[in-house]
Amino acid sequence: MEIRYWNKEIETADREKLRQIQLQRLKSIIASALKTPFYSRRLPSVGIHSPDDIKSLDDLRKIPFTTKDDLRQNYPKGLLSVDTSEVVRIHTSSGTTGVPTVIYLSAKDLDAATDIMARSIYATGTDKTDILQNMMSYGLFTGGLCMHYGAERVGLMVIPAAGGNTKRQIQLMKDFRTTVLHITPSYLLHVHSKLAEYSVAVSDLALKKAFVGAEPHSENTRRKIEDLFDIDAYNSYGLSEMNGPGVAFECVYKTDLHLWEDAYIVEIINPKTGELVPDGKEGEVILTNLIRHAMPLMRYRTRDLAFLHKESCPCKRTHRRLSRILGRTDDMLIINGVNIFPSQIEEVIMKIPEVGTNYQICVEKQGALDRLIVKVELYSKIFMGEAKQIDNLKAKIADELKASITLKPAVELHEPGVLPVFEGKAVRVVDSRPKL
Amino acid sequence: MKIKQISIFLENRKGRLYDVCALLGKNDINIRALNVAETEAFGILRIVVNKPDAAVKALKDAGIVAKITDVVAIEVDDRPGGLTDILKVLADEDVNIEYMYGFVEKSSDRALMVFRFDDVDKAVNILKKHSIKIVTEQGVREL
Ligand SMILES: [Zn+2]
Repeated sequence: MEIRYWNKEIETADREKLRQIQLQRLKSIIASALKTPFYSRRLPSVGIHSPDDIKSLDDLRKIPFTTKDDLRQNYPKGLLSVDTSEVVRIHTSSGTTGVPTVIYLSAKDLDAATDIMARSIYATGTDKTDILQNMMSYGLFTGGLCMHYGAERVGLMVIPAAGGNTKRQIQLMKDFRTTVLHITPSYLLHVHSKLAEYSVAVSDLALKKAFVGAEPHSENTRRKIEDLFDIDAYNSYGLSEMNGPGVAFECVYKTDLHLWEDAYIVEIINPKTGELVPDGKEGEVILTNLIRHAMPLMRYRTRDLAFLHKESCPCKRTHRRLSRILGRTDDMLIINGVNIFPSQIEEVIMKIPEVGTNYQICVEKQGALDRLIVKVELYSKIFMGEAKQIDNLKAKIADELKASITLKPAVELHEPGVLPVFEGKAVRVVDSRPKL
Repeated sequence: MKIKQISIFLENRKGRLYDVCALLGKNDINIRALNVAETEAFGILRIVVNKPDAAVKALKDAGIVAKITDVVAIEVDDRPGGLTDILKVLADEDVNIEYMYGFVEKSSDRALMVFRFDDVDKAVNILKKHSIKIVTEQGVREL
């Protein structure tokens, strides 16, 4: 198999060389972090007053974890190291409440992130002759724009189709001879189920590859996608807090995802104790971003569960491979690629006077796609006797939820006392999707 | 001249209509008129009963969402065109009917119908002006 490298020197650097790069970049990130309100309080509290206090990579472990809650409490600018005049882009992702998580990128940060994205794309054997249809949502979500920039850097022709409108997507694939898709696995399966409806056969398309990500999926799902479309599907991993989809990517061997260790320091920990677990053992993924200075983020608790492979890859890249995401340590739901916390839904429901405080969140499969149903109970005193009022209320709840979580759920109104009453929070969520 | 109608919010669950009717029966309440407005997910059951206040209390005690609204019960001549005559009067006088439905039993040779108007008072005045017979609360109790 032909192996092509975007940056051979870095991608195949020996481990010692990689560690040197990490140490030098970490010191530089510390310098930026000390300019932020958040880290300028936190780092001195553990004895780090300047980059020189980091003598070796082991000193990273002195730095406390940064959590999503830290980001929420320091929203919007507590982790910003530069004046906003130096910032060229922001992105956000879902917070556990109405407060989102925001990241800032300077021109240099964006350039570095784009380069890592380009490296990821190139590692799959994709090159400038390819045509990418980017079917992730554009906007505040990193998945659309960050992939777009990386693909342009490699020189692909990019079709910024964004999500939705399956008929138009299929038309675009046909008309422009799309060779590569960037898409969630569930949407890709949905697209297949629609081909017949539009009288299009897989053989009418020019597809060769798909970059699938933004939601966990199994090896079986990948195989199914590959068989149905007769393509290669490459798994991708990333999160907004770490600049989006290029954190780790599969190479042509498709045996899990090279995590770009010159750009990120990865640790896998036992989520309960915070202790490191050895390679090969499952734990929570902790990431330190080494290429973003406008908003440094160190030892970030992703809440994603995965493990690092011990064995090297035949592609000769020295960057360790991260497994598929095996689960979460929190109650975040991933619904058609959108991250949603049950607490976000709760926050919205509690502000609507026409419904009671009891609610239930149900997630199910409808064909290939996920379906979110929010069940609430009608507050009896507000009922005016008309069906129109009920319909309007359902529409209002759906609209307010969409404003907060970005996707529109189905809303069910029930009679009071019908939904089960729970003490805890987790049991309010009924996820009946098949297990991975 | 208005009478009380009870609107009940019911989710589409098997046996739910039966539950409500059984509850009313147990409380010695007679349903005089009944209508169900259904959507895919829920229904609004509308009833006129002989003892509306007792009915609402029984329903609310059982945790059922119920609301009293004012409607008008009209006697319609039980002959071809009997209803049309009344509808024409209302249309000519620009009275908007939200919905209407029939009583369960008949009063002699006249059919009884429940009308819900967006402006009940205006509707009552117009009906009176045209000498259309309206059934009173007392009348409903004595049916
Ligand atoms: Zn490889």
